[in-house]
Amino acid sequence: MCLGIPGRITEIYELEGRQMGKVDFGDVMKETCLDFVPEAKVGDYCIIHVGFALNILDEKEAMETLELFRQIEEVGQELEPTE
Amino acid sequence: MKYVDEYRDESAVQRVLDDIRLNITRPWTIMEVCGGQTHNLVRFGIDELLPKEIELVHGPGCPVCVTPLELIDKALMLAARPDVIFASYGDMLRVPGSHQDLFAVKARGGQVKIVYSPLDAIKLAKQNPDKTIVFFAIGFETTAPANAMALVQARQLSLKNFAVLVSHVTVPPAITAILSSPTSRVQGFLAAGHVCTVMGYWEYEPLAERFHTPIVVTGFEPLDLAQGIRECVLQLEAGQHQVVNAYARSVRREGNRAAQDIINRAFEPCDRAWRGIGVIPMSGYRLREEFADMDAEKRFPEVQAINVQENPVCISGLVLQGLKKPRECPAFGKECTPQHPLGATMVSSEGACAAYFKYRAMATS
Repeated sequence: MCLGIPGRITEIYELEGRQMGKVDFGDVMKETCLDFVPEAKVGDYCIIHVGFALNILDEKEAMETLELFRQIEEVGQELEPTE
Repeated sequence: MKYVDEYRDESAVQRVLDDIRLNITRPWTIMEVCGGQTHNLVRFGIDELLPKEIELVHGPGCPVCVTPLELIDKALMLAARPDVIFASYGDMLRVPGSHQDLFAVKARGGQVKIVYSPLDAIKLAKQNPDKTIVFFAIGFETTAPANAMALVQARQLSLKNFAVLVSHVTVPPAITAILSSPTSRVQGFLAAGHVCTVMGYWEYEPLAERFHTPIVVTGFEPLDLAQGIRECVLQLEAGQHQVVNAYARSVRREGNRAAQDIINRAFEPCDRAWRGIGVIPMSGYRLREEFADMDAEKRFPEVQAINVQENPVCISGLVLQGLKKPRECPAFGKECTPQHPLGATMVSSEGACAAYFKYRAMATS
């Protein structure tokens, strides 16, 4: 129940006063409430938990984190003993 | 899927683990709070790939596991009523009450419906005007905004046949309770990334300071978990105790204000009993007075007379506090299995005992 997973918003519409959207999880598409992410646009990725988007994933922060991992990798390779 | 695949890159995970190995000089005990993280640490074998100096202990962050037996028995009593449709997240159905579980009530004709979202429970209320829909509103801060939205939606639609059985808990008071305990061995924390997505991490800053304990906001993919542990170890080795955000693509310091606002609209803080642990002050939410008419315990006051007794063999309370590992329980994998659980940590996929049973069955003897 507690596992939030990322998905991509493919459609946004209103239903009974709620901002709703269709979200693509790769293998399955689900209706999701977007009321907590009023800034959401089609194409955005978000974390979905029990049918609600909790955020919009930050592309820039994601790239910075991946860059950090790449640097850790490089440092690791430099420190590896050569045979 | 983007934001998943790149965080499951095995060689990148290995490099982060190698970097931990390069930097670690002595033993450290780190607790991951969230059951979802416990599950993935064991599923991807990260706990076994870590340097032997690191001991991971599994925290109380599984909402199914910490929901008190008394609430389960109340749920069972409500679900058995012919005038009620009981709506719940699926993983609550197998949680053992004092004498049975929700599946057993369902098998005997009780109307128990599994819902994916609390808004599905609202749909049930609209489709079944002659029944009262009781929704089991459990969970941490991740689920609270969704459950709060269901209450607001029921009010906006003027639904008279919607009620909730509330058992909401919150993470910071649990961390405080664990670190205040004289038996605690925890030296660093991985904070739950999705709880912090909702609530932010500013609440953790005074805790890190007060207990001189580093807290690293951590995601759920293997690379996120490895990086959370690395950030925690780097701080421990340097004698630091700060809150570090290692899940920045999802978490901002202030969290999600819209989600927090709706929690505050429907709920207010209260003392809560945690299964296996006991009462933790101001560690949960209850309904605000404005929503008292949707409180299932008030609408069906007979549930308040329930009195319960825990199974004496089960050590899930000690597992939830990080004091024991699942394999130290004499019933683990014997009398207690996911099919016939004695305690809640064996029930939920996020429970530590269930994760060990599923992924470590060969190593339990």
